[in-house]
This record gives sequence, structure tokens and C-alpha cells, in this order.
Amino acid sequence: MVQLLEDKDRIFLNLFGRENPGLDAAKQRGAWNATKDMIDMGPEWIVDQVKASGLRGRGGAGFPTGLKWSFMPKEVGARPHYLVVNADESEPGTCKDREIMRNDPHLLIEGCLVASFAMRAKACYIYIRGEYVDERIALEKAIKEAYDAKLIGKNNIHGWDFDCYVHHGAGAYICGEETALLESLEGKKGQPRLKPPFPANAGLYGCPTTVNNVESIAVAPTIIRRGAEWFAGFGRQGNTGTKVFSISGHVNKPCNIEETMSIPLKTLIETHAGGVRGGWDNLKAVIPGGSSVPCIPADTCTDILMDFDALRDVKSGLGTAAVIVMDKSTDIIKAIARISYFYKHESCGQCTPCREGTGWMWRVLERMARGESSTDEIDKLLDVASQVEGHTICALGDAAAWPVQGLIRHFRHEIQDRINTYRAGKPVTVSQMAAE
Amino acid sequence: MSARKIALDQPESFSFSKESEKEIKFWLNKYPEAKKASAVIPMLWIAQKQEGWVSEPAMREIADRLDMPKIRVMEVATFYTMFNLEPAGEHLIQLCGTTPCWLRGAEDLKKVCAEKIGPRGQVSADGKLSWMEVECLGACANAPMVQIANKAGDHYYEDLTAETMGRIIDDLVAGKTPKPGSQTGRSCSEAEGGSMALTDGALYDGSLAKKVKLPNTSPKKEKA
Repeated sequence: MVQLLEDKDRIFLNLFGRENPGLDAAKQRGAWNATKDMIDMGPEWIVDQVKASGLRGRGGAGFPTGLKWSFMPKEVGARPHYLVVNADESEPGTCKDREIMRNDPHLLIEGCLVASFAMRAKACYIYIRGEYVDERIALEKAIKEAYDAKLIGKNNIHGWDFDCYVHHGAGAYICGEETALLESLEGKKGQPRLKPPFPANAGLYGCPTTVNNVESIAVAPTIIRRGAEWFAGFGRQGNTGTKVFSISGHVNKPCNIEETMSIPLKTLIETHAGGVRGGWDNLKAVIPGGSSVPCIPADTCTDILMDFDALRDVKSGLGTAAVIVMDKSTDIIKAIARISYFYKHESCGQCTPCREGTGWMWRVLERMARGESSTDEIDKLLDVASQVEGHTICALGDAAAWPVQGLIRHFRHEIQDRINTYRAGKPVTVSQMAAE
Repeated sequence: MSARKIALDQPESFSFSKESEKEIKFWLNKYPEAKKASAVIPMLWIAQKQEGWVSEPAMREIADRLDMPKIRVMEVATFYTMFNLEPAGEHLIQLCGTTPCWLRGAEDLKKVCAEKIGPRGQVSADGKLSWMEVECLGACANAPMVQIANKAGDHYYEDLTAETMGRIIDDLVAGKTPKPGSQTGRSCSEAEGGSMALTDGALYDGSLAKKVKLPNTSPKKEKA
């Protein structure tokens, strides 16, 4: 029997927006409780708590949050420190940070204060995607409440002068990559920087900076309030905590839901999302962590656990924990082709393998979806995907390659069938140029 | 990547309205004076909200205000896809076509838009409507969905069907303001019919506001 997360252990108590997001109601739900006591314990103690909780970044890469915080210089030199919150939620399938920002904004703002203090930053920018206009307005409102109540700002009741600003983008997925985000925040086009230097040494305006996802920051105060061991009590070793899952696609009731890490995928879908449309046996494949992770076929889905390590072991990933469900009616080649189009559209154009490769993969997949291809071209596609992967400044190239690799790994037979059907009865022609 | 160019037809001049100036002040306050180029995206957005699109004279004006080379502002305006580089309809429907929305019927919505408005990217004859396909808008648990930009704001319309999409377009043409959010009436992205989560009344009765004593604060544990 799987232990589901109980209400008393949820962090986001207004995830569904049924309650008031304002300051008074947020305090009733436990936000801003004992925040001063956390600050009084000092930066090292806060970092140690977050480390001990095992929290891994919730934006996709899963890097240990406490460890990331500890990379910041221990003393503030001539350059001020910054916290930048990545609220550029754009990975297809992912829609969790949106709910946090519009429904539980005070948990995020409190987290910004605590995390900034732990990294000796006096200012924080929350970079929210341009399309989230209503969410930006909601967040600005909550920040103003926090200023008015002297929870943040100069001479606030917590004794750490701290400013929290909302900044916004204008429609570029690439700005979710931390260095592209920093470029964008500095007023440039969002093209990733070479690393090193890492942001902890030279980030925003050349100053020491840490970039964290919204959820990573928003869970921090509750983790400290309830204790690192409480948070570490959920999920498997190395995959601890609670997590907001976004469930979309062919389920009866798509939703966002906070659950325990390492919950079985099947339990997650059947308990919270009303099951797969047409029943579990009608499942074809799931993309378990946002569009960039490879899909997994139905038979793998039956007992897979939703955490970083379990999904890595089946050559996929937890990513942002955005579960995209596809039932048997899905044209999976077309579904992945549409993802390839997304990456083609969002490539910033800086690195040639990505700029050219994303469009190439998309065009070939579009043809494959119609069957206008050949068997050798499947291998060619796989070869090109592997040449894009790992050969670009940022991970967008990888993100574009992985879904294609996943498709071929698990559904090569389907592409083959499509080609055979298309060719049946037609005279054999000379193979086309791959990208035409 | 998406290749974007500024429009051939450009107005003679551009100036910010009084209302826009207030907004600009609010935004410039957020960045160190020496780093005011940071405000370029917010200022382009303010210009777009004022005029419906970003013209070349607007880019020049913003460059002057931010002490930026004009070409840098143009570079930003053409990089970010939310900036309209030519006039759009009074109501611009931005229809998400990425896989999570595609799986739940985005193609049907496209058909409705094409039938009722015309080819994508073209402003309808009365100037009221235009539509375009955009990439994931981050509301995947409420798919399929569109974002509609107009004087009323930039609201999301979610959980759409061909029928509700058609009705929203009709309402816009009739001068009505359709209600944003989920069109099935659910709250945000809570599972339809009500989630089994967050039903414990103790979460909301104020007991969580009682001052807590932080764990792990004893000196012994502090050292560990």
C-alpha cells in the first residue's frame, strides 16, 4: 500500500486558489511564522537545514539546493550578492509555479527573504515569464503587502534589509536557462553564457548570484519551520520531500497536485487525475518530466516511481515533474514532432548544432509522421540527435535531442510501420535528401 | 529560432502617454541607475500596451531613455516573440499549440479561429480580431487554452472546446468581456469536480498561525 501525502504535510495550502492569497489569510495558513527566528539563527544554520532536508532543485536539473547556496562567497566584498528566482516556467507540461505565484505568493516572498539572507543578498529579482501577466500582477500585490507590513524592505521587522523585485520576460523559453535569464534581466537578448564563470562568482551585473526555481525557494521556509528531517521523511534516499506534480494530456482530470516524491506514477495518475482516459490499459506512453525528457512506454509506467533516480534508471528524468499522458489514440510521432517544432522555435540561434539541428529534426519528423521516409533515415535522425546533444553552450540542444531519442528507443516499430504503409504499392524511389 | 523583422510601414513618431510614464517610473525604480538597460523589456511592453504593437520610433525612444544603442533595443524587440512588430487586432488571440494543448484539442480551436477570424496573422476586416499560434503558455493542466490580449488585459481562457472558443470570439465581437480562467468553472487547476487534497479544515482554522518553535535550534544540533 502506497502512503499518500496527507493534508497536514502539504506545503502549498492554497494550490487550488480556493482561499484568499492575501497576507492575512497566508499568515493563517502558516506563512511568515517564526521567520525572525530563522534569521536569528544565522546564514550557516539556514543553509545546513536546507542541505539536511535533501531538497533538490525543482526547476528540472535537480541540483541540491543547500549545496548551491553554499557556493556563494561567505563574505560580501565590493560586489553585492543577488538572489534571482527563476519564474520563467516554460517547459511544456509544466504549470506549477504559476499556481504558487498567484495562490501562495507569500510562501515565495518569505522564501526569497530567507534564502537571500542565507546567501547574504540584500536584493532579489523574481524573473517571471512575460505571458504570466495576471500572475505578475498578483505577485506584485503580495510584495506590496509584505513591504507595507514591514516584512521586507528597509528596516523591516526581520532585521535584514531586503528588497524584492518582480522582473518579466517577453516570450522566450530559453530565458529559463539561468545564464540566458541573467542576460535578459540585464536588458539583452536571452542567449546563454559560457560557464565558467558560474553565476555564484559572476552572475547578475557581474556580481555573485544564485538562480533558483520558484518551488525550491517557496518550500524553504516551511522546511525550516517543520524541520529538515520532516521533509527528508518523504520519498526515497536522495529524492526527498514533497513535490508539485503537473498532470496533463489524456487523463480524465488534469490537475496540479502536491504529493510525496517517489510516488508511483500509476498511483499519482489514478488517485489525483481521475486515471487515464479509457482506463490504464488504454495508456500508450508518458512524458514524465516536461517535454525535454524522453517518453516512457506504458509497460514501464506500471510500476515506475516518480523521482530523479528511478526515472534516470529508465533513461528518462523527473525534470519539472510535469507528467504528459498519452493514450492509445495518440499519434506519437506527431506528438514528438510538435515538441521538436517547439525547440526549433525556441532555439536562441547562438550554437550551430542547435540552430540547425532543431529545425532539421523537426522537418524529418514531420515527414516520418506521414511515412515519407526510409529505414536508414531513422538511424540518420538518431545520429543527428546525438550530434546535437552535448555540443551546445546550454542544455536546449540536449532538451531537443532527448525526446527524439526516446521516440526512436521505444517506438521505432511504429515509425517503421508508418513508412511501410506509406510505401506499400508505391514504386521504390531514390531516398530523399534528409532535410528536404 | 524564429526570424522576426520590423514592419515596413512605420509611424512618423512615438511618445509615451502620461499613464505610461507612471508605469515607466515604477519599473526604473527596480534597477540600479547604472543598470537601467534592465528596464528595456518592461518599457517595450509598456509601449506595446499603449499602441498595440512596438514601432520603430518607439524603439528609438526607449533607446534614448535607457542610454542604449538603438540597435540593441531593436535586437531585444525582435528576439522576444511577445512583441508585436506590426499592428494586431483589438483582441489578439494567442492560441497554444504545443503538445499538451495539442493532445487535448488545440487543432479544433485553430479551426474555429480560422473560420471565424480568417487566416492566422491577419487582422479581421473590422480590425477587431487576429489570432496566432504560440508555444506553451504554461497552463497545461487546463489545456487547451488561449491568451487574449486586449484593453482588458492579457487573460488566459482555459479548458476550452471548439464550442466555448466560438462563443468567446462571438462575445468579443459583440463588445462583451468573456470571463477569463477555466471555462468549465473549476478553481484554477484543481481536478474537475474537486480534489481529494486540501480538504482538512484544520489547515484553515488559524491553528497554523500560532507561533511555532523552530526545530533543530538547540546548540548541540547546531554544531552537527
